[in-house]
Amino acid sequence: MIVTLRLSTMSPPTSPILSVQPTRGLVDEKLKVVVESLPPGSPVTLHSLHHSEDEDYWEAFGHYVSDFRGMVSVSEDLSFGGTYTGKEDMGLLWSMRPVPGSRKGLRLRKMNVCSPMLHNISVYSGHVSEGFREQTPLTSVLVERWYMAPGVKRIDIMEKGVRGTLFIPPGPGPFPGLLDMWGGGGGLIEYRSALLASHGYVSLAMDYFNSQELESADLEFKYFETAFNIIKEHPQVIPDRVGMFGLSLGSLVTMHVAAESTIVKPRCCICVSGSHFYPRDRTIKEVIMEPRSNSHRLRIDENNHHVWRDMWIHLLDDPSKKVDVGKINCPILLVNGKDDQNVPADECAEDIALLMNAAGNGHLLSRVLYPDTGHLIEPPYSPHFRASNFKAAGVATKTVMLLWGGQTKPHSDAQEDAWRKILSFLQHNLYSSTPPRAKL
Amino acid sequence: MDRKRCTLKLLVQPSRGLVDEMFIILVQKAPSGFQLTVHALHKCEDGHSWEAFGHYTADTIGTVNVSEDPSLGGTYSGVEQMGLLWSLRPVPGSKPGLRLRKMNVQIPMEVTISVYQGHQTEGFMDQVPLASVVVERWYMAPGVSRIPITEDRLSATLFLPPGPGPFPGLLDLWGGGGQLVEYRASLLASHGIASLALDYLTAKIIMETGKMVDLQYFEKAYKILEQHPQVHGSSIGMLGLSLGTSITLKMAVYSEVMKLRCAVCISGCHMQPVDGSVEEILKYFNQNADRTRISEENELIWRDVLLPVPSDLAFKVDMGRLKCPLLVVVGEDDQNWPASESAMDMEEMMEQAGNSHLLTVLSYPKAGHLIEPPYTPHARASLFKSLATREKMIVLWGGETAAHSRAQEDAWRKLLVFLKENLYSGSNPGTTSLSHL
Repeated sequence: MIVTLRLSTMSPPTSPILSVQPTRGLVDEKLKVVVESLPPGSPVTLHSLHHSEDEDYWEAFGHYVSDFRGMVSVSEDLSFGGTYTGKEDMGLLWSMRPVPGSRKGLRLRKMNVCSPMLHNISVYSGHVSEGFREQTPLTSVLVERWYMAPGVKRIDIMEKGVRGTLFIPPGPGPFPGLLDMWGGGGGLIEYRSALLASHGYVSLAMDYFNSQELESADLEFKYFETAFNIIKEHPQVIPDRVGMFGLSLGSLVTMHVAAESTIVKPRCCICVSGSHFYPRDRTIKEVIMEPRSNSHRLRIDENNHHVWRDMWIHLLDDPSKKVDVGKINCPILLVNGKDDQNVPADECAEDIALLMNAAGNGHLLSRVLYPDTGHLIEPPYSPHFRASNFKAAGVATKTVMLLWGGQTKPHSDAQEDAWRKILSFLQHNLYSSTPPRAKL
Repeated sequence: MDRKRCTLKLLVQPSRGLVDEMFIILVQKAPSGFQLTVHALHKCEDGHSWEAFGHYTADTIGTVNVSEDPSLGGTYSGVEQMGLLWSLRPVPGSKPGLRLRKMNVQIPMEVTISVYQGHQTEGFMDQVPLASVVVERWYMAPGVSRIPITEDRLSATLFLPPGPGPFPGLLDLWGGGGQLVEYRASLLASHGIASLALDYLTAKIIMETGKMVDLQYFEKAYKILEQHPQVHGSSIGMLGLSLGTSITLKMAVYSEVMKLRCAVCISGCHMQPVDGSVEEILKYFNQNADRTRISEENELIWRDVLLPVPSDLAFKVDMGRLKCPLLVVVGEDDQNWPASESAMDMEEMMEQAGNSHLLTVLSYPKAGHLIEPPYTPHARASLFKSLATREKMIVLWGGETAAHSRAQEDAWRKLLVFLKENLYSGSNPGTTSLSHL
């Protein structure tokens, strides 16, 4: 039901004044959205619109009522309805979803990090829930959200068989470094590395799927060690302050290298939404294919979404199918969502804790587990997708709708909290001059 | 300090801001009581390097907060949150008479803020800083559109704020140096005012015909604004600096076409031949060119050329006929125009005529002629190309840097309030009193 209330005719141009600060900010910075010069006690809708690189439209909106000074302040007032409710200072970003009529299974990801994401923030009269494009807002501003701070350098890497992008913070350095790995979708995803460099870490985003040479597990292992050393040997990197950061499959690689490498010694590891199921002496391709041989364990839910989490659980009982986490000798942070439908993150984290305690290195482990949070725990304020289109890289499978899990509000809260914890973990382990301690 | 283990952190927020926004500079995790220099470096469009620096001492937890801690020396001293920008000056060895002006407003000014060990005063480029970040300073907010205007043979640029509009409008005029200078108009559009920067001295039509423009040129510019679908036609103001003031006052008082909602005059005068346009005004100024003085540093002082304020009403704008609110901004150390003397005479004329309630004068001690948007460097004197002689000479503008910078900050804030109150409010023109300013 659309409730549209017309504001009484005012002699123009007494239009409301919308201010959004900052108009150019990093994606993990908070926004302050304030509307002034509204008639007192009047219903308005705050709306944000984004046109993605893939040409889809994403929107979010909240229903507000101005106070008796004629003001709405998003960080202080309650939203009464829309894509988010309650006091949510960043709701206009994290609750974004594709506009009605969009293609299905979309996921919002910035591929070109040298340009900002543009959001049109507008004020509409009344409590509007649809048809925003057909109406003229009272006022609007354009906001830029950047993954790269000014002065961060972006360098293409094609070295010793490693393909990736290196991001270097501004300044003389030297800086700590990070090897940054995403999951099974493959590709060269740069935005998290760009953001980490904006926080002072030399960060290498790695593409680890396209190379034809990685046919054996041995060669593949060397590929990760080589990538790590590229960072370590960079003139602007402090060689004994290089860590590893992985999500999903990237987490698995991180744990495996930390446990097994005799050459590479990460200073610390961050594993987001990862499992530790890594059949010894198998390649990553084989790891991805493993569940397919267990397709009887694949579930398809009532929405036709593929649920992969149960395909792995039986591996918990077989030590030869798990990373030997007892050999990890650096601080490691596990970040997981309890509603992860792709990987049994909760059970894995429990098992990892058991194994590490038994091996005597449990003091190195820190874990956070977020309720109602799914698999894709990304930098904060980015939209949540409970399911999206997925095609595994490098293997001949078709695109499916994969269920990631999570409920939007708790998942978004988790992203914000997790990012803060991740940054403080990195600061403590890679920047502090005191010896590293695992516990946050 | 061991470079390898240096954990000093430098943070500047926002890293991308508008030119008139303040920033916070924080140095953290320095050793307690550590002496350091915070340094700013900017390479301008002309390729010259500008720098500023302040000397600080970290507190017991190793923090320096530029907005709260005093600078103990450098190009500025005391607690000066924005000192690193307004005290920028050409690096040693630069050619004399430089002035920092952004001509391409579509890309930001980049300033590198660094921390150096100890209290340094020179040789920054030969050292490696402990940390540095890059900060962008923009004259255009995201979504502001820049529209070159060439119809009616105008040389102008229109800046429209983002959003549906309609917006109030403003004609923006600079002074005797000519050129199409866009940065103040783009900044005003970033504040919600559709602004038209107009070149009226070196415009294409002047280059082609060899003749100065007449008053219709300005009225055409006004009409462009008035008829624009995204501009609210009955909410148009005019802002002029220096020679631009002369045009602004003439149009505000005498134009039948322009119905200005309000006017702002910075560092200007009301002394001019009542009849005639730009050419006549320039001739009038040149009459007494022999009253030009030269300072000890060989800089030209032009303020006496327009003095004394005439009593002959043929040579000053009849301020008693002004019908819209007027904000007059003057620097008391203006060495280029007798803006203070003019302001006093304008006030007297308006008091006698009974319309002085329209006038607000902001008068700044130790401020010079070039009262510009805040946090940009102060030029006490600079190279100026005279239109008459086509020669470049160093002209004294006046002003003492710290006081002038404070004046710029205060004047800009008050100018924005004045424009918003007069161009946005639904009240009738002429009734807004700004005594609270």
